[in-house]
Amino acid sequence: MFQRISTYLYLRPRLSLALLLLPPLVWFLVVYIGSLLSMLVNSFFYLDGFTGQVVRQFTLDTYAKLFIPTNVQILSRTLFMALAVTLGCIVLAFPLSYYMARIASPRMKTFLYLAVTLPLWSSYVVRVYSWKLILAQEGIISWFARLLHLDGVLNWYLSSPLLGGPSLGISLTGVFLVFVYIWLPYMILPIQTALERVPKSLIEASSDLGASPAQTFRNVILPLAFPGVVAGSIFTFSLTLGDFIVPSLFGNSSFFIGKAVLTYQGTSGNIPLAAAFTMGPIVIMIVYLLIARRLGAFDAL
Amino acid sequence: MRSKPSAQSSGEHAPWWLKLGAVGALLFLHIPLALIFLYAFTTDESGYTFPPPGLTLKWIPRALANPDMQAALLLTVKVAAVATVAALILGTLAAAAVYRYDFFGKETVSFMLILPLALPGIVTGIAIRSAISLLDIPFSFWTIVIGHATFCVVVVYNNVLARFRRSSGSMVEASMDLGANSFQTFRYVIFPNIGTALLAGGILAFSLSFDEVIVTTFTAGLQQTLPIWIFSQMLKPRNRPITNVTAMLVVVITAIPILIAQRISARGSDSEGATK
Repeated sequence: MFQRISTYLYLRPRLSLALLLLPPLVWFLVVYIGSLLSMLVNSFFYLDGFTGQVVRQFTLDTYAKLFIPTNVQILSRTLFMALAVTLGCIVLAFPLSYYMARIASPRMKTFLYLAVTLPLWSSYVVRVYSWKLILAQEGIISWFARLLHLDGVLNWYLSSPLLGGPSLGISLTGVFLVFVYIWLPYMILPIQTALERVPKSLIEASSDLGASPAQTFRNVILPLAFPGVVAGSIFTFSLTLGDFIVPSLFGNSSFFIGKAVLTYQGTSGNIPLAAAFTMGPIVIMIVYLLIARRLGAFDAL
Repeated sequence: MRSKPSAQSSGEHAPWWLKLGAVGALLFLHIPLALIFLYAFTTDESGYTFPPPGLTLKWIPRALANPDMQAALLLTVKVAAVATVAALILGTLAAAAVYRYDFFGKETVSFMLILPLALPGIVTGIAIRSAISLLDIPFSFWTIVIGHATFCVVVVYNNVLARFRRSSGSMVEASMDLGANSFQTFRYVIFPNIGTALLAGGILAFSLSFDEVIVTTFTAGLQQTLPIWIFSQMLKPRNRPITNVTAMLVVVITAIPILIAQRISARGSDSEGATK
């Protein structure tokens, strides 16, 4: 019996292929692509303000709502945060990536690689939780500031209207710090990959031709590391755009895209507006990916 | 300027600020996780005082006995187990198809599999939420599983495909030539060959599902998985000591299997498992 089925399939590779490919393909087409399409469809419906029910009728009104001032502010605030987080990650990642790629011994490198990937794989919620401990008013940062007699500086910083707040745990600075912490490994690894590919002979040639280390860094290493930076920024940017956990826990009352989507679909049941809002990050990321591809970022992944 | 060649370094000299930056980034990555372990033992019940006023072991048994935590843990494990099985089946089938056959749209299939992990979680989340709303499906255990299985497929697929590419096809041909049918060949040749890749992929899928929170928020309704329970505890802290211990528990539960999975992958010199 098995023998006959086996021979039958062996003689019909197309059928075997279909049998192998069909389950995953159907799953993804129905569950995933289907869901994405239903999101697109939903974004053209609207919520009836009186009944609180979603009206399944084509309209562009939901998209038009994205352009009222509050929502434009949410979009631009999120974009600005994503940009700041990306820059923060680049600055923090670069020395470590450089050390891993060009200075560390092979054994050291293996160790560093594990040290960078382990946080990436540990629980996201718990890593966020750890900053609840750190940024709390009675937490380690305040303690450290008191130790150095800098608590005055900290309080002064917290009193600034834009970046401050009642404590670091509820401020835009807190949101920024947690985002940088959570996404940092995503920036370190691509930059390291890009730096690893800079041939040593190029750097020697540069110094033989009389360039100072600083000049070599600026004119040789930095341009060649750039695709890695762009590749890393794809992650930091996209992940920051879509996150709602960090702004809900550390932000003040000002909304970010993710938090807006969560609130609209949850408490107000306005799935059309939530769907339309999500198209924001999708469009931004598509444009970003197209630019990144032109800059050669995909080779550094 | 020439630096002295030494056996240790690969020839470049590191200025002090570079070392400082590298050490700083490492500390930045690891101090928060270390604090999770410290706070699981603090005697402080109402805040996050640093340094902890005292250390105690009493919260560990209490956290383990907490019914809310137990219910959330049980649900999380069940979801992760079912999602992992689904991901193992779908991921292996897809990997076998991509490895064995050439077909139109092969690249697209790989791309589609990685999409749920590449796009921000909120996109997958709200997309599935839209489908649930459009089809009027009630939230259930299965709505969570479907979301999780979808983004877990790719880690199994990556691991198994990498293993297929390294193992030689001649073994399969030899088995067939010696008279084994496809099922026997699968049972005695292919399966032992990809066994550890399945294990590594399965472990990664399990831990991915175990601590997922963003997609789950949109597919769980009122059910609470462990990460969602922790999230709700952070929004409205009710029981800090219990949450502290649970956080440590989650780190341990997810970190140990991943270290094992990396070991397994490394032995098969298979770095695919490490990329998220």
